Amino acid sequence: MTDALLKVKNLKIGARIYPPGEKPKDIDIVHGVSFELEKGKVLGLIGESGAGKSTIGLAAMAYGRGGVELTGGEVWVNGREILHTSRADLRHLRGLEVTYVSQSAAASFNPAKRIMEQVIEASVHAGKFSKKDAEGRARELFAKLGLPDPDNIGDRYPHQVSGGQLQRCMTALALCPEPDLVVFDEPTTALDVTTQIDVLMAIKEAIRDTGVGALYITHDLAVVAQVSDEIMVLRMGDMVEHGTTDQIINNPREDYTRDLVSVRSKQHEGQAPTDNPILRVENVTARYKGTNFDVLHNVVMELHPGQTLAVVGESGSGKSTTARVITGLLPPREGKITFDGRELSADLNGRTREDLRELQMIYQMADVAMNPRQTVGTIIGRPLEFYFGMKGAEKRKRIVELLDEIELGEGFIDRYPAELSGGQKQRVCIARALAAKPKVIICDEVTSALDPLVADDILKLLENLQKIEDVAYLFITHDLATVSAIADSIAVMYQGKVVRYGPKAEVLSPPFDDYTDLLLSSVPEMRLGWLEEVIANRKMESAGN
Amino acid sequence: MMRIPPAALIGLFFTGLYFFVAIFAPWIAPYSMTEIVSDIPWDVASAQHWLGTDNIGRDLLTRMIYGGRTTIFIATAATILSFTLGSVLGLTAAVIGGWVDQAMSRFVDLIMSIPTLIFALVVLSVMPVTMPILILVMGLLDSTRVYRLARAVAVDINVMDFVEAAKLRGEGNRWVIFREILPNALSPLVAEMGLRFIFAVLFVSTLSFLGLGVQPPNADWGGIVKENKDGIVYGIPAALYPAFAIATLAISVNLVADWVLNRTASLKGGRG
Repeated sequence: MTDALLKVKNLKIGARIYPPGEKPKDIDIVHGVSFELEKGKVLGLIGESGAGKSTIGLAAMAYGRGGVELTGGEVWVNGREILHTSRADLRHLRGLEVTYVSQSAAASFNPAKRIMEQVIEASVHAGKFSKKDAEGRARELFAKLGLPDPDNIGDRYPHQVSGGQLQRCMTALALCPEPDLVVFDEPTTALDVTTQIDVLMAIKEAIRDTGVGALYITHDLAVVAQVSDEIMVLRMGDMVEHGTTDQIINNPREDYTRDLVSVRSKQHEGQAPTDNPILRVENVTARYKGTNFDVLHNVVMELHPGQTLAVVGESGSGKSTTARVITGLLPPREGKITFDGRELSADLNGRTREDLRELQMIYQMADVAMNPRQTVGTIIGRPLEFYFGMKGAEKRKRIVELLDEIELGEGFIDRYPAELSGGQKQRVCIARALAAKPKVIICDEVTSALDPLVADDILKLLENLQKIEDVAYLFITHDLATVSAIADSIAVMYQGKVVRYGPKAEVLSPPFDDYTDLLLSSVPEMRLGWLEEVIANRKMESAGN
Repeated sequence: MMRIPPAALIGLFFTGLYFFVAIFAPWIAPYSMTEIVSDIPWDVASAQHWLGTDNIGRDLLTRMIYGGRTTIFIATAATILSFTLGSVLGLTAAVIGGWVDQAMSRFVDLIMSIPTLIFALVVLSVMPVTMPILILVMGLLDSTRVYRLARAVAVDINVMDFVEAAKLRGEGNRWVIFREILPNALSPLVAEMGLRFIFAVLFVSTLSFLGLGVQPPNADWGGIVKENKDGIVYGIPAALYPAFAIATLAISVNLVADWVLNRTASLKGGRG
């Protein structure tokens, strides 16, 4: 035996799926993947959803989640095979030798117990440390991970710390029993960019200082480039490419890897604003019912016909609330919305059908934005029927036209949403919005739930449609790469205020205000050493800290 | 071609059988419902009288068949009434919200705080006990339960993006309730319907047993138990047949409801 920490040989993983109206069938989701990981090294597993990266990560603990079965191959940890070992042995392995950090710390912590109790649970339960020693070790880790007040933070409950802090607590939990291997499963994906950077740095330092080996799973190549020594690119259960981080980023061999590396390079030539904005948000201040503080303060922005205004900010900055005010779902306390020269009623019920038709919306989660019991034809056809009174053959012809515009085609007309992929679902939502022939479409984080390559296609589609239909987009996003790919003007929001606003070129060039600087510098760049550089040059702490 | 699991097949067969017998009772029953065919009360089973005779010498099989007809008819009608009323009101309350929801929900709470059986007994003792009244009372009382369920399910669906999208499109409440929410609330409602139907069977039988349900000489399963309960002391099984019928009907309807629930839940891959 070699003394590799983790050795995976020809790993095969299968699952049973239940396609509608058919017999259950067994499929392979990972077909023979092999790799080795030495002590203290970090291997990045990267791929789109369905690539099998999380499944492989969990296989390092001999665990198959949700009906997934490890059907073949070998997994060696510390020189012993773990796929065919006893339960008692596995119990010792999981949580002590190999630990796991999940994507959503908020969903993984028990909300009814204090953080400390959960961080030391595995070590104490297995008798590795006494309660006192484990607590001491946890405090050390809290300090190492840069958590505020490391001596007392363990006494808090999970809801009493921020999302970024909780993710670091979870890292402490994983490191507490002095494991040999930690599996990080998308630990920063659910965080804002400005928070992600701190967590990333904390994880990187903790790995270096404790000398554990790690599998770092993510879909974001720029992120993994910062923390890992080696990268393995996966696609649909197969290994595409495996090499050092330097080689993958700077010198990718496979086409697919090249696509992943270049995916964020799309640019958009910003247009100058016109004299007659189609949509004006004028001094809007708003609060939610039953609360006594404003979530929007004096928000002002303009959207020009046929152009794109990107509203950028982290979660809680008020960008989606702005959209709710514009659509009439949340009447503002002060200020007004002007559309095409006329003032819109503050409340949804006061708007005419024409007002509603001209202002459409596309949602982040295409899954829940479509009625699962309606076919694509019904979903796209309803606005045609509702606004234009189309029926029968005329309606069908228009539906097919729209399906062609979104590059899906007539064959999709009788499908149900569950039979579509994530990107296809979002396309149908776009078609539904277009069906109303709107002048403005509000796009609320429409690409953030999608894989980078798919998201890229959706952005291109939106750009093309803008040219054909001459529609304006109000594009809400937290992702600055998306902004530069699509926007003509930008509004940066922070804590309910617009902190920077103007044409794209202006907003994205210095001098910056502190927040915009933080936001811009936090977008992961696909080069080595970026993380250290940013941390060294920062002027402002991120809000989630 | 869809495959029906064996459990559902058994359920379908017996449910179908019961309903078939109920619908065609006058053609299937060997005697007339009220005719006294034997001088001996509680006569033993024979070739003429497959289940024997009842306490005053009427053919028990005939009584069972006509009794099933009455019981199933009342239960079905009451269930349909309670479901239509309960789910429409429940969905409406969830969609409209605000004080309309408050007023309706608190009223339903009020009704539900009084035990159903006692409520029914009080109402039926002052009203003339006819079949429409019986159905109305049972249906209205049961609709409070359905209302609760429908509202709870709809409140969850009402906050989904596709409902918001419909509202932003300008759709009226009618479209939102019947086209967006109802299809997605159907699975739990159908499952509940199977259960509620059985409760309705038990309820009407209970009322008849207590003498406030179906009035003699009309037969129903609860009434047959009441008429023949004294026979149990002498080892005469006449009162057990209706009990057996109720039990088998309950099981078969639930097997069918389970299957329908499974099918609608997994329709087009959606799980729930």
